[in-house]
Amino acid sequence: MSSLDNNAQYPVGEHPNWEPPVSNVGVIGWMKHNLFSSRLNTILTLLAIYLLYTVIPPVVQWAILDADWVGSSKADCTGEGACWVYINVWWKQIMYGRYPDAELWRVQTAYVLGLVGLIPLMIPNFPKKKWISAYLLLLFPFMAYVLFSGDNLGLKLVETPLWGGLFLTLVIAITGIVASLPLGILLALGRRSNMPVIKTLCILFIEFWRGVPLITVLFMASVMFPLFLPQGVNFDQLLRALIGVALFAAAYMAEVVRGGLQAIPKGQYEAAQALGLSYWKTTIFIIMPQALKLVIPGIVNVFIALFKDTTLVSIIGLFDFLGMIQLVNTNPDWLSFAIEGYVFAAVIFWFFCFGMSRYSQHLEKKLHTGH
Amino acid sequence: MNNPDPALFGSAPPKPSIWNDPFYRSLFFQFSAFVVVVLLGKYLFDNTTENMARQGIASGFGFMGSVSGFDVTSSLVEYNASSTYGQAFLVGLLNTLLVSAVSIFLATMIGFVIGIARLSSNWLIAKMATVYIEVLRNIPLLLQIFFWYFAVLRPLPSPRQSLDMFDIAFINNRGLYLPSPVFGDLAIWVLIALVVAIVAIVFLTRWAKRKQDETGETFPLFLTSVGLLIGLPLLALVVTGFPVHWEMPVLQGFNFRGGLTLIPEFVALTLALSTYTAAFIAEVVRAGIQAVPKGQTEAANALGLRSGVILRQVIIPQAMRVIIPPLTNQYLNLTKNSSLAAAIAYPDLVLIFAGTVLMQTGQAVEIIFITMAVYLLISLSIALFMNWYNKRMMLVER
Repeated sequence: MSSLDNNAQYPVGEHPNWEPPVSNVGVIGWMKHNLFSSRLNTILTLLAIYLLYTVIPPVVQWAILDADWVGSSKADCTGEGACWVYINVWWKQIMYGRYPDAELWRVQTAYVLGLVGLIPLMIPNFPKKKWISAYLLLLFPFMAYVLFSGDNLGLKLVETPLWGGLFLTLVIAITGIVASLPLGILLALGRRSNMPVIKTLCILFIEFWRGVPLITVLFMASVMFPLFLPQGVNFDQLLRALIGVALFAAAYMAEVVRGGLQAIPKGQYEAAQALGLSYWKTTIFIIMPQALKLVIPGIVNVFIALFKDTTLVSIIGLFDFLGMIQLVNTNPDWLSFAIEGYVFAAVIFWFFCFGMSRYSQHLEKKLHTGH
Repeated sequence: MNNPDPALFGSAPPKPSIWNDPFYRSLFFQFSAFVVVVLLGKYLFDNTTENMARQGIASGFGFMGSVSGFDVTSSLVEYNASSTYGQAFLVGLLNTLLVSAVSIFLATMIGFVIGIARLSSNWLIAKMATVYIEVLRNIPLLLQIFFWYFAVLRPLPSPRQSLDMFDIAFINNRGLYLPSPVFGDLAIWVLIALVVAIVAIVFLTRWAKRKQDETGETFPLFLTSVGLLIGLPLLALVVTGFPVHWEMPVLQGFNFRGGLTLIPEFVALTLALSTYTAAFIAEVVRAGIQAVPKGQTEAANALGLRSGVILRQVIIPQAMRVIIPPLTNQYLNLTKNSSLAAAIAYPDLVLIFAGTVLMQTGQAVEIIFITMAVYLLISLSIALFMNWYNKRMMLVER
């Protein structure tokens, strides 16, 4: 049977298996379905292709083909394209601020110590995760603090104004999240408490911090904290910013935790009460383990937002990652290279944030064990 | 045997000691929390008054009436160096509201387009929308503001070499210059016509709804409304002899004169705020549309409704119910984020008031208090408005 006669009659059950038409399978079929399925879609596809054609080639030309990649000074940038030598020259400042060269190993050691705890946590089914979390939340911040600031264990003191770059960004974001977690949990419990005074205080606290922009919080931290303290007591700019960030993050954290608490069925409380457990035993052993597991994606999202928001500390005079790039951009020799700095910062931030958001989506799917 | 021991069964359970009584316990905890907060407040208050007295800062809001002595680059009201701090506050507040309102409008437009594009059946369009969302929302807003301001707008050529769009709009390193409408005396009639059109549409909508409820007949409401909205003002224009003309920006000497001038700080801030927030709004819109079950579309199809009607009467009302609460949140975020203006010296509330005025007067407590109160008030009023709207849109269940 060679001819494909569409009008031919076949006895029941003896219709031959024909190949699908060429226009419905393979690349052509895919394009027909996904790009040119209607007149409107065809127009949109053509417009989109034109848009990509006008944007992508110049960007690639600038960022890759015409760019200068190797060198150690501005003189090495001769091409029309991007000057990635910029990153090479300023790498140390952008990564560590003005942290002394001889002491950089301390920061790097802390990074390794942090990763040693973090990586096993992200591997599914790794044993002893509780102990690893405890190490990360309790022991690691302490060790990192000792390493960073020094002045004991034979380490030289490194003043906080010397801290900077991506290192400072990570310090602020991680301190913010670690400090805000316990505070947020307490606030969330307080907000769901049936004691009116405590409930009101917690609501006022949470809604106040959530209602004002972070920048006013930082302004407050930098100009009002010194007024709040008795004469002679003073702490440095970084610590003030950290307190502001932690209180701010705690309010958002409280709302995330409250979401988790609300998702716990009432039966869990009643069962715990029937067993005769006290409020704190119920909370610590029954409610929190379930609620916190539910809100891990939410906590990661708070962390992403906080990580992006740390850039604001550059406005009150701390030189974080973005602040350092702004500082380099005011260097008279490097005035016309602002774009390179911003693109580099954007790429680094993007990888951090996108990675974390993907991880939180993955967790959300994994933790979705409901019906 | 039928007489159980009254000590075991008959009487009430023994009264717990006062330490274990939940009522007294809760009273004790609340009282101590209250005392701690009051003591902390008093401690901070005492320290603050003492510190301020030592630094010679008079507390109170009297400074609001003194002359400021500084000028601002952009203001919606009359303002110069001899104005008071109170007027400076007003300028900052109005600038904050202006940049927020414009950005909210633009972000909503871009966000809805991108959100719908992400669900497009066109693979290329959907992927491009995804890339837009994932790129913009994962880069800090401040970095985006810096990018637009320092890397895009500032390096633009000087006014003499401005980039122009059809000789109507010009952009250079001093700002964006747009034509502005100039209204003659009779232009008030155009405004009146517009108001009349809006009022007519409101009544028409009610009438059309009642008619449909009673008789089932539909009225081409949308086309009539558009016709009224354009037709009436146009009629007023023709009747009054076109009292409106456009004033074009013209290059005079070193800069443009006339027309509407937007300073580069405003342009950068608006661009960054609206494109950044649009990425979040797009996700909100996508989630809202996806929340409407497919069965709704199929049922509407089965009833024989046309696709436009399905979208307007079936899909959008249900999607809006899901979209509005998170959309409110995004508007709030945008308004709060507009305070990043301080980083590029756009004269908003934070820069003028919590920045310049604070530096000059040293009234840290009062100024930070007022600034925070303003943002709290804005947040609260947007939240209240949206709650009211939400209630109206809520599913009426039987």
